[in-house]
Amino acid sequence: MTVPYLEALQEFEPVIGLETHVELGTNSKMFCGCAAEFGAEPNTRTCPVCLGLPGALPVVNEKAIESTVRIGLALHCSIATWCRFARKNYFYPDMPKNFQTSQYDEPLCVDGYLDVEVGGETVRVEIERVHLEEDTGKTLHVGGATGRISGATHSLVDYNRAGIPLVEIVTRPVTGTGERAAAVAKAYVAELRDLLRGLDVSDVRMEQGSMRCDVNTSLGRPGEPWGTRTETKNVNSLRSVERAVRSEVERQAVVLRSGGRIVQETRHFSEATGTTSPGRSKEEATDYRYFPEPDLVPVAPDPAWVAALKAALPEPPSVRRKQLVTQLGLSENDSQAMVNAGVLDLVLATVEAGAPAAEARNWWLGHLAQAANSAGTSPDELAITPAAVARVVELVASGSLTAGLARQVVDGVLAGEGAPDDVVAARGLAVVSDEGALGSAVDEAIAAQPGIADKVRGGKLPAVGALVGAVMKATRGQADAAVVRKLLLERLGVSE
Amino acid sequence: MSSTDLTRRTAAETAAAIAAREVSAVEVAQAHLDRIAAVDDRVHAFLHVDAEGALAQAARVDAGELSGPLAGVPLALKDVLCQEGIPTTVGSKILEGWRPPYDATVTARLKAAGVVLLGKTNMDEFAMGSSTEHSAYGPTHNPWDLDRIPGGSGGGSAAAVAAYEAPLAIGTDTGGSIRQPASVTGTVGVKPTYGGVSRYGLVAFSSSLDQAGPCARTVLDAALLHAVIAGHDPADSTSIPLPVPPVVEAAQKRDITGLRIGVVKELAGEGYEAGVEARFAEAVELLTALGATVTEVSCPHFGYALPAYYLIAPSEASSNLARFDSVRFGLRVGDDGVHSLEEVMSLTREQGFGPEVKRRIMLGTYALSSGYYDAYYGQAQKVRTLITQDFTRAFEQVDVLVSPASPGVAFRLGEKLGDPLAMYRQDLATIPSNLYGGPAMSLPCGLSDGLPVGLQIMAPTMRDDLLYQVGGAFEAALPAPVPSLSWES
Ligand SMILES: [Zn+2]
Repeated sequence: MTVPYLEALQEFEPVIGLETHVELGTNSKMFCGCAAEFGAEPNTRTCPVCLGLPGALPVVNEKAIESTVRIGLALHCSIATWCRFARKNYFYPDMPKNFQTSQYDEPLCVDGYLDVEVGGETVRVEIERVHLEEDTGKTLHVGGATGRISGATHSLVDYNRAGIPLVEIVTRPVTGTGERAAAVAKAYVAELRDLLRGLDVSDVRMEQGSMRCDVNTSLGRPGEPWGTRTETKNVNSLRSVERAVRSEVERQAVVLRSGGRIVQETRHFSEATGTTSPGRSKEEATDYRYFPEPDLVPVAPDPAWVAALKAALPEPPSVRRKQLVTQLGLSENDSQAMVNAGVLDLVLATVEAGAPAAEARNWWLGHLAQAANSAGTSPDELAITPAAVARVVELVASGSLTAGLARQVVDGVLAGEGAPDDVVAARGLAVVSDEGALGSAVDEAIAAQPGIADKVRGGKLPAVGALVGAVMKATRGQADAAVVRKLLLERLGVSE
Repeated sequence: MSSTDLTRRTAAETAAAIAAREVSAVEVAQAHLDRIAAVDDRVHAFLHVDAEGALAQAARVDAGELSGPLAGVPLALKDVLCQEGIPTTVGSKILEGWRPPYDATVTARLKAAGVVLLGKTNMDEFAMGSSTEHSAYGPTHNPWDLDRIPGGSGGGSAAAVAAYEAPLAIGTDTGGSIRQPASVTGTVGVKPTYGGVSRYGLVAFSSSLDQAGPCARTVLDAALLHAVIAGHDPADSTSIPLPVPPVVEAAQKRDITGLRIGVVKELAGEGYEAGVEARFAEAVELLTALGATVTEVSCPHFGYALPAYYLIAPSEASSNLARFDSVRFGLRVGDDGVHSLEEVMSLTREQGFGPEVKRRIMLGTYALSSGYYDAYYGQAQKVRTLITQDFTRAFEQVDVLVSPASPGVAFRLGEKLGDPLAMYRQDLATIPSNLYGGPAMSLPCGLSDGLPVGLQIMAPTMRDDLLYQVGGAFEAALPAPVPSLSWES
């Protein structure tokens, strides 16, 4: 038996909640001077502190405190005037000290909100807390078929990520969203991501794990207390956030309809199937034995400093978006179409990177929207940045690429072949505008279609298009169409 | 000059002689290495002797590369402080063979000051104990009577100083681990203000209480060492960013006229040996005779210090010691392809930790656990606040407080091993200063039944200088007793 999403939400009321972890883009780690960066050789960005060697002590990264306070302020939170870090104790090999330095009952920021637009309406998502903690290392299980711990012969641990500052943003339960629950969840994460990007505190790359979501979902019958919630861990794309909520709603509805009971548990989301499965069951609830971190002095943000940070916050993305739409002269219809396609911010970012608004719009609503659709992903998760799109537009404008070549370049970037200029070089996609090189192709086209050539000679200029097309085909799109047209007309003795 | 003469000198005398080129630092180092070779099989103060490193450092001093008030003076380092490349065991099997890749801040400062590091001293495992009998490497013996304990946890450091194996040593004091050994070995031991000496590289027992400090045979020597190791360290968040109190000047003052001294009413009576109380009473008379104004002061919550300490320290320890899991360093048991990761961690901790460490990890885990936190850890923190208030109020009336440092003289090896509570009571008088954070000193105030008794002086935070002022004046009036070392012949 299955219960489709919409049908489930006619019978049950959903409550959702989101916990988002964001790796801050500070130069150094949370409690030591090691570089906080991706992609380095394993265990080369480590020191006694982030390896948890005996005797080593943490010192708070002031920049991470500043970033967290700015996030809290942008989310309309109250900022603590005094708070402490806490130790969260549990054993795991990728956690060097076997406790995580985190915050417990004294978070840096509390009681905020984020407004998100869904279907033309504003939904207010309340923020319970924003706190700062350290990331763990990464474990790689080797020898098993699945890369999971079962079946593995041994495990490798990379501590480069251990100690990277991590901000956790926790919402209050979001109620009353009805059938928009999944859309609200996705819109919240998208809006949060844009807000964080605007603050320049993180690169917020969900696919790289610098932003990760845990999605809580429960269903209850109207008028009754909330149902038991499940926590779907590490949902790593916007699309998956939406799918995770849908899938849990559908699954829980089946259980509840059949008179079953929802088990409070953590679940894993599978990108492949779009469904969740139970996490490793724990025989008993973990007791983290939180207590104030005695190795760190309390953090006491100076109210004057906080006020200065608040005054210097950038405009929130929602406001900036409206301003840009107006500035660029985009129509209400156009901007609504872009919002619906989830590309408005991408278009605006492409414009900021130097592309004309119309070109940016055409790329994101056209070729790139199709590419996302056929890849089963959303446009903002495509492997191309607005800056790369702007570069392609620039190459076309300068005559280095034709429209057809530009699509090939974009496809190359999407396929992971590198930046636009790398793809141009690797695929040899430079426009051929050398008249000598084109000469023979032009001659062949005229010889192959004498009737059309005569029409052109006779003054029917638009007919030349067929000959241009033949040359373009023969040169596999690499010719500069304007140069081809000029050559053809010269050969046929016609002037415009 | 004979080798014996070189080892009997104070640190100040040795430093002066080296600076004046009357003797070389290498000769001094060699004399102490010889002394260790001669007596340490019986005292067992050292877990590791680094003769090569010591002589190399001494040669650098002789070459003029390093200088300072203690340049060329040998020192014994408690095995709880990291020294790059030198085994650091914390008295535990779980760290056997581990060589730290870095220096503790204290170690680095000693090296930079030209101090000659002789080796690492024995201690109760993870500094948990009051007799050094909980060392995984066997006990240290008290030079006053080899059948007796040298105190703990820093018994190795105190015994090394008392047996003339080193003029100076570094100890660490979480609940009395510098002062109680000083008391029972007739030496001077100081727990500086918490935050006065960097904890970076000190293998943590209880982070909010641990403090490294000097062990010496004279108050001035302790002050000279204090001045070298103290001072703000940005690598330790709890390090105090203030100038070091003028401890050396204070030690040389020898004047306490008009100083107000309070005798803590609660640190006497039940649990204190009669001989200790007698020596303490004489010490108070002497302080009065030296011109101090002595009054009795009440610190009503000191009676709760011991139970509060035995909740806070084990709680922090249960978390601090979690990192000893075999994954990145130290002992690993059961890594045979059969046992799972969790089993390897568990077997390693099972075999690597001794019974006292396990007892405290269990106590601390319980005290922090959900449902018990408020009743135990939370309540202990409230008591800690009350004890701090007791000190604050007392220091409105007097400049320093005094008490016996230890309730008894050195007991016999094995005497209290089967009775943890009796062992814990050794720290009755020393624990309040750790909970408060203020500095405290133990210095010799005579003998009881032929064994040393210690006088404790306690001062307000960052007034470490007051300890040295009182200690210096007291020592000038009542020189420390000298052990017969009759077992040597
Ligand atoms: Zn590091």
